[in-house]
Amino acid sequence: MGTDEDALDELIDATARALGIPVEPQWKPGINANLQVTLRVAAMVAEFALPDEAEPAPVFEA
Amino acid sequence: MDTWGTAAEIAADVAAGKRTAVEVVEGALARIGARDKALNAFTAVTRERARARARSLDAARGSGRAAGPLAGVPFAVKNLFDVAGLPTLAGSKINRERPPADTDATLIARLEAAGAILVGALNMGEYAYDFTGENVHDGPSRNPHDTAHMTGGSSGGSGAAVAGGLVPIALGSDTNGSIRVPASFCGIFGLKPTYGRLSRARTFPFVASLDHVGPLARTTRDLALAYDAMQGHDPEDPVCVERSPEPALPSLEAGIGSLRIAVAGGYFRRGASPEALAAVARVAKALGVTREVEIPEAARARAAAFIITTSEGAALHLDRLRTRAQDFEPAIRDRLISGAMVPGALVTRAQKFRRWYRDEMLRLFQSVDAILAPATPFPAPRIGQQTMLLEGVEVPLRPNIGIFTQPISFIGLPVASVPVPLEPLPIGVQVIAAPWREDIALRIAHALERAGAVAAPRPAE
Repeated sequence: MGTDEDALDELIDATARALGIPVEPQWKPGINANLQVTLRVAAMVAEFALPDEAEPAPVFEA
Repeated sequence: MDTWGTAAEIAADVAAGKRTAVEVVEGALARIGARDKALNAFTAVTRERARARARSLDAARGSGRAAGPLAGVPFAVKNLFDVAGLPTLAGSKINRERPPADTDATLIARLEAAGAILVGALNMGEYAYDFTGENVHDGPSRNPHDTAHMTGGSSGGSGAAVAGGLVPIALGSDTNGSIRVPASFCGIFGLKPTYGRLSRARTFPFVASLDHVGPLARTTRDLALAYDAMQGHDPEDPVCVERSPEPALPSLEAGIGSLRIAVAGGYFRRGASPEALAAVARVAKALGVTREVEIPEAARARAAAFIITTSEGAALHLDRLRTRAQDFEPAIRDRLISGAMVPGALVTRAQKFRRWYRDEMLRLFQSVDAILAPATPFPAPRIGQQTMLLEGVEVPLRPNIGIFTQPISFIGLPVASVPVPLEPLPIGVQVIAAPWREDIALRIAHALERAGAVAAPRPAE
């Protein structure tokens, strides 16, 4: 998964447009840094092999 | 009046007619007036409401009506709980424009039904996306043990108000550690119940999949009193389960008996400061625990909690990010905007992983009744501190505060956070139980308190 800073800036610009979030240029380094961390940890979760049948489990029932 | 007394003592005195609720409330209001300038725990003090409520309690007692288990006990709530007549701030600037709430949150109503008296709303990290207790709009809440240090967040005002002796009981919320972190940094007890146990109705949400609410107090008995008074199904919270109340108080003094207790190894030892390890060792020794268990894939569990948090938090705030982005605290705005940009497939993977991890943890709880782990990797850092030395390596502070709490709340396990009174600053240990076994976590916490291994230290002023 790419975490290249420039590529992420492109993703930020495109997604901000798609979602209608006005992003000031000076906010971008902070958003970029957060997104890098999120994508890095998301890769760690996504690489964990799970069966197709593993469905989300939001609530405990004993 | 000494306001360090416990809720149990106040309720007993008020029931016996040794003190009136009015005297207790005036004492608490005077204490808040004297000490809150230094602690910045309160964002609103509900003086007239509290006085009126105290007068009516005293009148009811005078006419022979039985006093509730929390008769006359002052309490305060994190300002994400609806309080009738106040806008629900959730630590934000934007919510100041909300109309005042017209009805109290369910848990406030339940505590008041037991005789407790609300005295105010408490400071918190903006929209609960915080582990420090700092807030650019209201200023940081300050640690009663050293006001240059953090309370921890996001229920920072709840930690400061209880640890500073302003109220014996406060309510907080915990999505990734926001009750257990301030309990640890401020040296008090905190209970994060099982996900779905206590009603979140009329509290401002953050992450629907992970949000919990619960009490903080200076003794295990007060924690159990508050917890028992708040239990019960509430159709107004869609995740609150239809389960009869299971009071923890009756078994509080049962001792540890034959409970199988183990210390969490591996992940929960790495990244812990010497203080955190010493606190766990002290608790384990007091319980005679030598067994160690491995919580499987804890690092991945924390990662998955992080992804769900940022994504669901962004979804909650999307409209405000579109129209009011400049009114957020900058660091929180950056986190929320980035959360809106996380691909949905990765978020669903995190939810799928949660299923696997839940099954593994339920399997682990077949051979153990409770697990001990540090609540925070270190005692309270200084306010404004950005980095931390851990094992000789400088690491960013904020993202590391929740490393030991996130993998536990991720699947909603109940936890009692117990304070180990180390010098100069206390630190907490998590007593983690199987789903719906808050009674076990509280029993163990009480046994530790009775053995003198844990206690809420009284701050020097």
